[in-house]
Amino acid sequence: MEEYSTIVSGFGGQGVILTGKIIARSGMEEGLEVTWLPSYGPEMRGGTANCTAIISSKLIGSPVVNNPSSLIAFNEPSLDKFGASVREGGVIVLNSSLIEDHPEYGPTRVVPVSFNEIARQLENQKVINMVALGAWSHATEALSLEALQKGMKLTLEESGKGKFVEVNEKALEKGYAAAD
Amino acid sequence: MGEKKLMRGNEAIAEAAIRAGCRNYFAYPITPQAELLQWMANHMPEVENGTFLQAESEVGAISMVYGAASTGERTMTSSSSPGISLKQEGISYLAGSELPSVIVNIMRGGPGLGNIQPAQGDYFQSTKGGGHGDYQLIVLAPSTVPEAAELTFESFDLADKYRIPVMVLADGMIGQMMEPVELPSPIDPSNLPDKPWATTGTNGRDPNVIRSFALGAENLKSINLDLQEKYEKIRKREIRFEEIGVEDPDILLVAFGTVARIARTARRLGKKEGIDIGIFRPITLWPFPDERLAELSESLDTVLTVEMNAGQMVEDVRLSVKSRAQTPFYGEQGGVVPTPSEILEEVKHHV
Repeated sequence: MEEYSTIVSGFGGQGVILTGKIIARSGMEEGLEVTWLPSYGPEMRGGTANCTAIISSKLIGSPVVNNPSSLIAFNEPSLDKFGASVREGGVIVLNSSLIEDHPEYGPTRVVPVSFNEIARQLENQKVINMVALGAWSHATEALSLEALQKGMKLTLEESGKGKFVEVNEKALEKGYAAAD
Repeated sequence: MGEKKLMRGNEAIAEAAIRAGCRNYFAYPITPQAELLQWMANHMPEVENGTFLQAESEVGAISMVYGAASTGERTMTSSSSPGISLKQEGISYLAGSELPSVIVNIMRGGPGLGNIQPAQGDYFQSTKGGGHGDYQLIVLAPSTVPEAAELTFESFDLADKYRIPVMVLADGMIGQMMEPVELPSPIDPSNLPDKPWATTGTNGRDPNVIRSFALGAENLKSINLDLQEKYEKIRKREIRFEEIGVEDPDILLVAFGTVARIARTARRLGKKEGIDIGIFRPITLWPFPDERLAELSESLDTVLTVEMNAGQMVEDVRLSVKSRAQTPFYGEQGGVVPTPSEILEEVKHHV
């Protein structure tokens, strides 16, 4: 596949960093080249955290992108910051639970999904990031739902959080369905 | 080689050091290299005879390196720019005493306290003697996470082979980012060749003395000449670089570390617009690959150096290229990372 880059952005604590890591991990398990780059330092100002995950079948040069293929925006400041930078033909998956209105982004497809509502239905607010990731999978087709479930499972198990795999699997599925 | 793991640069460097037989690690925390120290704190105690010690300061840490390296054991410290400045006296002592040791610098923006963003402002400090006296370090500059692991692993062999401190010079981006890494298999340090010069106890032999002190001028001169002879040997044998598309490009880009990988993307963008960008990437910053660069520049109009500083490596590029080609410079400073399209824009000014 061509280089596919995703910026994941939101409030600290929404699971933004882990979301990007799971994209990278899932891509790696699919045999792709991957990079994951967190923002650190002054970029934290304004309460947003973000990271960039790139997957590609070829060697990846720059881990920094000006114009990502896709954006997952967990909150409004993230959309404000990165929305207009998404490349032509790209996809923005946004959290309609926290973002009421959004501008049109020309040839960029906007996929609103209510991350928080769906997580609430699963009675676990911590899984909003996997709802987002499921929606991203459906909207972008960059990685399959199965690939992400595998990457998520491995990532959680390796950090001793295996008992949360089931609810996160459901969150991925629900998010995937919601992006229809 | 084992399976692929997704690791941060800082973690990969730490694990590669342990697998290379490093058994002594002393450091003081600083961003953006903190995960390196964390990894060592977690994993060094799991290794037989492994010592992890968080020193009271960077000066303390580098002095502990001096002590542990004197026993011949594989020893490392790591820090980021301001912390490396504090270690300079100790680094000069390590060089003067010819102690094999590894120093990792995950560079950040400077001067002074600067910031914690990626930068390459410590090129001069690393390659031209950050401490006092006539000495050199071997300086290795990885541009990916797997290469950071590989070069760290090899740095211990180079340090032992030449009895020299080796610096692994990366930046906050390489330290913080994650990439898949295939780690080398661990070696058993007890199988390493003997170091007859080391202070291992005088049982049955005369004492070994490790020092960088020689009062008489003639005496110190001869020590210096020996050092220079060693450096000459290293210049002849250990130069490393990577070349991408250097056969008749429209322009040759010279970059190391993080900038070199961004340049790869600029090369791809350039191709789409019909501009052929070659890339020359020094892997050893000292010894600098001057002869090869000189050779390449014979048939080139422009050799453009790109760095995350105000122009440091470009001096070595100009010394190598001389008047054979134009040698412009493009740099970003203060922790700003140049983007592929910015590099391409700069290229367009010269082709």
